[in-house]
Amino acid sequence: MAAAPITAPPIKPYPVIPILEAGAMAGTKSFPANAQIQEALGFPGELVEDWHDKAIDKMGELLGKYRSLKVYLDACVHCGACTDKCHYFLGTGDPKNMPVARQDLLRKVYRRHFTWSGKLFPKLVGAEDLTKDVLDDWYSYFNQCSECRRCSVFCPYGIDTAEITMAAREIMDSIGLGTKYTNEIIGKVHKVGNNLGLPGPALEDTLSSLEEDLKEETGLDIRIPLNEKGAEVLLITPSADFFAEPHVYSLMGYAKVFHAAGIPWTLSTYASEAANFGMFIGNYGQMQKIATRVREAVLDLGAKRLVVGECGHAWRAAYSFWNTLIGPFDFLDPNYPVPQHICELTYDLIQRGAIAFDKSANDKYVVTFHDSCNVARGSRMGGMPGGQFEIPRAIVRAVANKFVEMYPDSIREKTFCCGGGGGILTDDLMEVRVKGALPRMEALQAVVDSDGVNFMATICAICKAQFSKVLPYYKFNMSMVGGVHQLVGNAIRLGPK
Amino acid sequence: MPIEVNGKSYETDEEGYLVNLAEWDEDIGKALAEGENIEMTPQHWEVVNFLRDYYNEFQIAPAVRVLTKSIGKKLGPEKGNSQYLYELFPYGPAKQACKIAGLPKPTGCI
Repeated sequence: MAAAPITAPPIKPYPVIPILEAGAMAGTKSFPANAQIQEALGFPGELVEDWHDKAIDKMGELLGKYRSLKVYLDACVHCGACTDKCHYFLGTGDPKNMPVARQDLLRKVYRRHFTWSGKLFPKLVGAEDLTKDVLDDWYSYFNQCSECRRCSVFCPYGIDTAEITMAAREIMDSIGLGTKYTNEIIGKVHKVGNNLGLPGPALEDTLSSLEEDLKEETGLDIRIPLNEKGAEVLLITPSADFFAEPHVYSLMGYAKVFHAAGIPWTLSTYASEAANFGMFIGNYGQMQKIATRVREAVLDLGAKRLVVGECGHAWRAAYSFWNTLIGPFDFLDPNYPVPQHICELTYDLIQRGAIAFDKSANDKYVVTFHDSCNVARGSRMGGMPGGQFEIPRAIVRAVANKFVEMYPDSIREKTFCCGGGGGILTDDLMEVRVKGALPRMEALQAVVDSDGVNFMATICAICKAQFSKVLPYYKFNMSMVGGVHQLVGNAIRLGPK
Repeated sequence: MPIEVNGKSYETDEEGYLVNLAEWDEDIGKALAEGENIEMTPQHWEVVNFLRDYYNEFQIAPAVRVLTKSIGKKLGPEKGNSQYLYELFPYGPAKQACKIAGLPKPTGCI
């Protein structure tokens, strides 16, 4: 790219709170969505004239709708526990990337308009008017939050910055200030059925090419069925699984699992996307419209089970929101979780001895596992506390001999975001992405040095794309990242038992 | 921000992708490649031409694996992998080669 080269911050042997650099990231802004993109989602095409009043009205509407938002805006005592917990702050040193400071960008306007003390004595309580400068800050810093919720784990009140970021983005969209990356993609899902804008014939061509590859690799007719009515399982997976590397290796891994277990399955053209960027922009209507395609597809195809592929926030949307967005699912088989994560499905098959592995197939790898934020902090697996941590690890251990954990404060519920989640995975925010990856890269470097780790497994399309891009900035090989089902696909025993 | 090629001006978007796909010709491709610091060789053109053919048929760029397979068939199996494509297009075959081919940027979690 023609822009100035981005330099990754140096990797330190242990985490250090950076020296503050006020305003360091103020000018780093995601490209705004143009009128065409905005209007396709029913948002104003450009900043509306009476944006101030509209924004305050919208804030009032959201406060009425989401009690959580009001609680989060009221409850903060500025104790500072969150300040050094955000990967974007740790990577950039910009104090407005401290979670509390990010929240305060919204909180100060909330206080000015929705609290009596802020209305009467604004200066005493840190209340401020929504000026154009404040709005500029909103656009910069609420688009430098990946809604990963790590800060909320450390907050004594459990304040969830992601909810505040979502509200801010929702307010901005309502006055005509959206980001190109998220909103163009949402438009493509409504129009074509997936984030890529991959039309049906191209999907069909891609899948048949992959079936050819599987045949060449295994000598077996391993299918990746599309739109097959009456299949037991409908798999909803991120469209990146069709398109990109390393994602596609996981897709081939899922196909091998279904083949080995003899489970009839299908993908859908109409619902060819697990991702739901409606969540990233905090817009319930968009989220519901995207999810509705899944309900329509499962009814149309007559599948009995809904399974979700390796996509972090999709699993949060599916696990935590589908039932209210597009439920009830009383027509699906109650003997299985609704919805079911592909890791739950594979783990169950392993437990029952229905699939087996040659672990030596992964002996070239020393594997570590990167927990994806929306799985770790926004959902669960296996119906037990911590299942979302244990199940993917149990799969990795079942398919590979060498597994090493990164340091405890960087995994499980304290996992660091990859740096690209929540609508940040765009080239125009590359500086944010590279710097925000620092804490994960430091944790990775430690196990590379101590144990020779050379593969970081994960279950999220965004994590895979983000790491492929930023690993080289930290002198790692981009192919060090891949999916859990990539490892499964390497080791699974196929053919007649 | 438009680019100038042979005295004519062509509209590109904020990321430098050609706005009107129909305007593309090889000279524009070369100019776009120059902006990416890439010197076009016959191998580069092989990729770019495949992308354009595929796009004409399917209205989207090919998946990386579809692309590598086709390049492997044309240029030899040792070149049918994404590592080779990254040597040609260091910023990533999907995005950088699409830009040079005058195609829209692929979007999503890629």
